Amino acid sequence: MATTAMPVGSSTAPHEYENSGLWSWLTTVDHKRIGVLYLYTSLFFFIWGGMEAVIIRAQLQGPNGQLVSAEMYNQLFTMHGTTMVFLAIMPLSAAFFNFLIPLQIGARDVAFPRLNAFSYWVYLFGGIFITVPILFQLAPNGGWFGYTPLTTRAYSPGINIDFWVIGLQILGVSSLAAAFNFITTIINLRAPGMTLMRMPMFTWMSFVVQFLVILAFPVITIALVFLLFDRFFGTNFYTVAQGADPLLWQHLFWIFGHPEVYILILPAFGLVSEVLPTFSRKPLFGYPVMVYSGILIGVLGFGVWAHHMFSVGMGPIADSFFALSTLLIGIPTGVKIFNWIATMAQGSLRFTTAMLFAVGLVALFTIGGISGVMHASPPADLQQTDTYFVVAHFHYVLFGGSIMGIFAGIYHYFPKMFGRLMNERLGKWHFWLNFIAMNLTFFPMHFSGMLGMPRRIYTYDGGQGWDTFNFISSMGAYMLVVSTSIFVFNFFRSKKRGEVAGSNPWEAGTLEWSIPSPAPEYNFAVLPTVSSRYPLWEGNEHDAESARINAQEGKTPAQLNIVLPYSTIKPLIVAGSMVLMFCGLLTTIAVTMIFAAIMVVALYSWLLSPLEPEHH
Amino acid sequence: MANEPVHSDPAATTPHAAAHEHHHPTWQTYVKVGAVLTAITVAEVWAYYIPSLVASRIFVPMLLIMSAVKFITVVMFYMHLKYDHKLFRVLFTGPLFIAALTLLALMFLFGQLAAKLGR
Amino acid sequence: MSAPAAHHYTSTGLDSRKIAIWAFIGSECMLFVSLISTYLIYKGKSLVGPYPHEAYTSPTGQTFPPILDIPVTSASTFVLLMSSLAMVLALAAVQNKEVPKHTTGDRILGSSKLWLWMTALLGTTFLGFQAYEFTAFVNEGLTIRTNLFGSSFFTLTGFHGAHVTAGVIWLVSLLAIDYRRGLGPNDALNVDLAALYWHFVDVVWIVIFTLVYLIQ
Repeated sequence: MATTAMPVGSSTAPHEYENSGLWSWLTTVDHKRIGVLYLYTSLFFFIWGGMEAVIIRAQLQGPNGQLVSAEMYNQLFTMHGTTMVFLAIMPLSAAFFNFLIPLQIGARDVAFPRLNAFSYWVYLFGGIFITVPILFQLAPNGGWFGYTPLTTRAYSPGINIDFWVIGLQILGVSSLAAAFNFITTIINLRAPGMTLMRMPMFTWMSFVVQFLVILAFPVITIALVFLLFDRFFGTNFYTVAQGADPLLWQHLFWIFGHPEVYILILPAFGLVSEVLPTFSRKPLFGYPVMVYSGILIGVLGFGVWAHHMFSVGMGPIADSFFALSTLLIGIPTGVKIFNWIATMAQGSLRFTTAMLFAVGLVALFTIGGISGVMHASPPADLQQTDTYFVVAHFHYVLFGGSIMGIFAGIYHYFPKMFGRLMNERLGKWHFWLNFIAMNLTFFPMHFSGMLGMPRRIYTYDGGQGWDTFNFISSMGAYMLVVSTSIFVFNFFRSKKRGEVAGSNPWEAGTLEWSIPSPAPEYNFAVLPTVSSRYPLWEGNEHDAESARINAQEGKTPAQLNIVLPYSTIKPLIVAGSMVLMFCGLLTTIAVTMIFAAIMVVALYSWLLSPLEPEHH
Repeated sequence: MANEPVHSDPAATTPHAAAHEHHHPTWQTYVKVGAVLTAITVAEVWAYYIPSLVASRIFVPMLLIMSAVKFITVVMFYMHLKYDHKLFRVLFTGPLFIAALTLLALMFLFGQLAAKLGR
Repeated sequence: MSAPAAHHYTSTGLDSRKIAIWAFIGSECMLFVSLISTYLIYKGKSLVGPYPHEAYTSPTGQTFPPILDIPVTSASTFVLLMSSLAMVLALAAVQNKEVPKHTTGDRILGSSKLWLWMTALLGTTFLGFQAYEFTAFVNEGLTIRTNLFGSSFFTLTGFHGAHVTAGVIWLVSLLAIDYRRGLGPNDALNVDLAALYWHFVDVVWIVIFTLVYLIQ
């Protein structure tokens, strides 16, 4: 077994990026840099959304809280949900799509590097657009799911919902563009010998996710177009007085919304499938089954959406169908849990921080999955829906699931990104505090929910049996602040002063670990060849030779005769002018026209200029 | 040259120029396809003006089949799906399938399927 | 539209842009299905007219005939279908640019400019028909705000028309390049991308024509 890892703790300092000025970041088309940009921005929004949650928990700590008004509370829970889903978890996953996919498949970059940069800038500008309003108490206030008719102009006359509708449209563009990019990249840029069934699991899960994005986002795009048109142009899509059906929005939203939750969890599953085998020193148990179950979850995910609507009166046929499909989708998900456990069984386990978070996901997601199965039964759900029981469920799968998996990924891939290891002691404090706090915050919600505490209420009267549970939840939330602070401190300190890492500090088996840490600008000195799922564990002589060459440090692209794409500001300009064009909807049509013109000019300039210098 | 893999294994590495050498339909084929599309459209519109046909239960299925034939014809011949790499067929039919099922599900959920089936 | 990319290694031997455009087309299926589904969901549920296939008498006694104009729309449908034929010939002309042409017929067939013009012109004609239809409907009392039919109809066909417009702009851009430096076999993929987009937009219209206009 060829290993090209440098000894951990080598005294050679990791090289800095060649250019590190602001301009180099604004014009980058390098997937690794774009991934790091996504990481920073999404961590910021994770903290921002977390602070919104802390205020919510402070308000609900005891009965009849007075911290915020009802109106402000509506803005807080709306933005907490919107921020966490669209500005934190999805972009955290995107950070890994960007950074990791080309490295895992042995490619130099994604298929469309400039489009990749464009996706990031749209996300950043869209995130700012939808976040700033809360500072002026004008934030969206109709829930992250924006049900009509509440969000129509008749019932929400203010500008709040306009920010939501337009903001989500903008963010949708970012996700869609990235999805086309990654689908093409994964299909077309795999290293020689890497068949689909030899791809690392993270890449596989990401592949499924991109298809979910391209199929689900158009639906919410149209739902939002209808709402936008109703609010701005007086159309009737959601106007009940004109005969519109109040359920149209719900169906369209959840046809998007359910695949969206698989978009949120599958990348974390993929990260866990990288971390667990590495720290069990065993290949993933049942690789083909893991692939097929991921695909099945993706496909079935389009057939379960109305389980979010069991209380609206769809009738027995619809209720039964969606109950069955929802129960069915629990099977491939459960299969994954068993395969992860089997991976660890009789493995040589090392409990690094990444491994702890990965195992944490397996445990906590299972709990969330169990409450999910309970929701699948319409009669049971009639009691649970719109109570804190649901809040418990989705926080277990999103926090205990997605966030845990993402933390595992961050600890695991930090050395590949920055050339240093995160501090393990601080990491373990982070993990244990996080684990305890998360359970303290969300487990009691099962009980308050079962005792009838509704969602989205800004206060509650004491003496209904909810007080203690709410108090405990709030204490847990404050504890989460502490544990997250430890993480943030660890992150920045390790970047500067962490132990220097070699190319493969974890002795992992996939291609990204064959190159130096941090990854060189050109990724691979030569395109690797692959003949197995774990090239660094099971590779043949050809694979070992390319791995040896790729582990070389200190080479420049010029020395290796590699041509890299031009850096360019054009994606940023197109992104910025597109967002400003949307802003015109809130100001004047002149603004829309001007920025549309700028966008078109910049777009033509982009399309007509070459990606990279001529070479042969 | 650095962009090529270390050891060229012809079976695994060379992008086939043959990928471009698929059978090209001739312009005569294209015009014939155009004629078929026109003929079907004429038939559809003709049917529209026969009241007894419109009132019958066969009208809607007939129109759906005719437009499906036009759809498939354009996709297979003009969009070249018949002659291209199988990958494109997969990339298109998957989403098309999900889209069709979604449309049918929505029509059912809003009671339009029963209405259309005349019950 | 950019200069042909240098040949990098690919796993499939196919151009990445062609893979991307088919993925895009798949995505657009869901976009248009959402619009079409909404139209079908609201079919027959408008509280007031005008209606697509039935007459309507308003409470004030004003009568509106069925508003859809099948002869005119059949003509525009035919125009769009023929534009697909022109597009396919344009692509063939670009692919065969280097093949020697001996007869006048060959030269006509082989003129990429001619067929790109034809496609763009036919597409614009279709848009002209749409513009005529929209203004006629507004004059006859149906706007995007009038009822469920108006909202769903104008939004669906408007989105389609916007797609056609983008396609025409794309075609004119290709024409500009053809005049500037000529389009040859190296550009075949760029023209193919436009062609696939164009045909898809046509195919969506086939569905719309049947479901909105012909089926009552």
